Amino acid sequence: MSTAESPLAIETSGLVKVFGDKRAVDGIDLAVSTGSVYGVLGPNGAGKTTAVKMLATLLRPDAGEARVFGHDVLRDADAVRSRVSLTGQYASVDEDLTGTENLVLLARLLGHAKSAARERTGQLLDAFGLSDAADRQVKNYSGGMRRRIDIAASILNTPDLLFLDEPTTGLDPRSRNQVWDIVRAVVAQGTTVLLTTQYLEEADQLAGRIAVIDHGRVIAEGTPGQLKSSVGAGSVHVRLRDPEQRQEASSLLAQHLGTRVQLDSDPFALTARITDSGDECGAAVRASRALGELAEHGITVDDFALGQPSLDEVFLALTDSNNQLSKQDTSGTSRQGAAV
Amino acid sequence: MSTVTNTSTSMNADQDGTDGGVELREGELPPVAPEQLAAVLVAKDRPPRPSAFSVSATFGWRAMLKIKHVPEQLFDVTLFPIMMTLMFTYLFGGALAGSTTEYLQFLLPGIMVMSVVMTTMYTGVAVNTDIEKGVFDRFRTLPIWRPAPMVGYLLGDAVRYVLASAVILVVGLIMGFRPAGGVLGVLAGVALLVAFSFAFSWIWTMFGLMLRSEKSVMGVSMMVLFPMTFLSNILVEPETMPGWLQVFVDINPVAHLVAAVRDLMAGTWNGPEITWTLIAGAILIAVFGTLTMRLYNRK
Ligand SMILES: Nc1ncnc2c1ncn2[C@@H]1O[C@H](COP(=O)(O)OP(=O)(O)O)[C@@H](O)[C@H]1O
Ligand SMILES: [Mg+2]
Repeated sequence: MSTAESPLAIETSGLVKVFGDKRAVDGIDLAVSTGSVYGVLGPNGAGKTTAVKMLATLLRPDAGEARVFGHDVLRDADAVRSRVSLTGQYASVDEDLTGTENLVLLARLLGHAKSAARERTGQLLDAFGLSDAADRQVKNYSGGMRRRIDIAASILNTPDLLFLDEPTTGLDPRSRNQVWDIVRAVVAQGTTVLLTTQYLEEADQLAGRIAVIDHGRVIAEGTPGQLKSSVGAGSVHVRLRDPEQRQEASSLLAQHLGTRVQLDSDPFALTARITDSGDECGAAVRASRALGELAEHGITVDDFALGQPSLDEVFLALTDSNNQLSKQDTSGTSRQGAAV
Repeated sequence: MSTVTNTSTSMNADQDGTDGGVELREGELPPVAPEQLAAVLVAKDRPPRPSAFSVSATFGWRAMLKIKHVPEQLFDVTLFPIMMTLMFTYLFGGALAGSTTEYLQFLLPGIMVMSVVMTTMYTGVAVNTDIEKGVFDRFRTLPIWRPAPMVGYLLGDAVRYVLASAVILVVGLIMGFRPAGGVLGVLAGVALLVAFSFAFSWIWTMFGLMLRSEKSVMGVSMMVLFPMTFLSNILVEPETMPGWLQVFVDINPVAHLVAAVRDLMAGTWNGPEITWTLIAGAILIAVFGTLTMRLYNRK
């Protein structure tokens, strides 16, 4: 292990990857400190996978620099490889082989002797609840099992940095929660995790810091709390007794709060953003005034909650403003990515 | 569209918790055991980096496992050569040599070369499939000798080449092939053939990495393999061919390989042809091995 250890697990500056005329990653600066989960949040086509692949030495950056534990990903690729593992967005185990064979193969490639490879494989399969499926070909595994064997393959040697590219996309809620448990267990043992996701809830649940990326750029960075407070004071969620009155309630709230009101899929519920701008009253005061207004108009409110903005709202607000900026100078091509 | 609020977020989590006991769809699958996992993860010792030879052999073992699980892939190296041998012997035997047994003495070493060289293209298909399935990305993040995965394919394929040669030899012997070179001559011929095919396969690792789909790999393979095998001395002596074609046959490494193998099996040691074949093999590895590794690292 090198003596001049960088305190940062990942450090990038101006990282760029271009495919044809598509700037998949368009100047990303990241600083990820060791020992935590760092979330990279972005929609499909934002450039998450491309960025992760460059950090894991699978793709060469076209410009900029990236260092992992102080090692340059281009010049010092082997040093990086010996300390990181990647669980890609799509399963990267061999479907024709059994679970055991896959893990033993990788353990052998990492330099474990035959017996040690078998032992470690057995322990991991046990811990991941895959013992019964150990001797079945991976092509017969369910989605959740594939994810598990794929992550197990990444921690045969406990990595210092683990990349998880959309580890729960396409999983049912139960399997997703199990993956979260795995992530927490891995981090608890001192491994740094960089996790990409399209799910705001997932980043909120797991990550200590989050970078929001869109069109290959970081559009916001910070703790989940910071991101939320940078967007606005929050929102008020209202549940009515009579869904017939929702339209009227909506226009009253819009009028008094001065913002757009969103009708939830639940026909009884609606949500209004509370902006920070305007008068000097606090968000709570303005919300309660608006609710009082509803009561005066004979609308019964069964339940209400005043919340910090959810990451969904953060994300929509951030990408909205980002799209408006980019609309002026880019053509249809760059917008296609977001639509896919 | 609904907004996911903090309140509904925690509700979701609660539901999942209570669902745990009820939902039996994936119920056969035991849950992850975080404490057990933690116990595995505390072991942070890393074994020393394995040698180039050791990792290549491990990848070769992987190829063997794939044959074990997908034995159908051996049809290509068993049925195809049998078919070729029968077809060409009885199709051309009477016309070209007057008798099939006589023609077989000339044809069999050539047919063996043709069949084995043709099966080399499955290397490209295998590489391409692995890339598509994402298996390659895993290998490429490992701190190992870079060419090892490729060498592993080729080691596995060498086993298939030996198998194909053996099948053809047995069929030939049954049909009346009597090599004058005896056991040693035949073994030397097969060894040269397998060595050349190993070198030749680097063309396919390159195309496997370069082309987008399995189909295009197959297409290119045919474009290369048909002229290289048919425009040669495998089926007929080149003397009757037009001059320009003889020029091609003269530079075609497969033709030199056939001449060398034919002579080895007939009991003569043809120094120049063997040297030619080995030089061609060395050039193939130097050129296509380099291109393969460049693509592998660039991907
Ligand atoms: N190999 C490639 N060739 C061409 N375009 C690519 C390639 N990989 C990714 N892209 C494009 O780059 C953009 C970012 O892709 P990706 O990094 O996969 O995004 P994400 O993982 O966030 O969904 C997308 O528009 C995608 O179409
Ligand atoms: Mg992706």
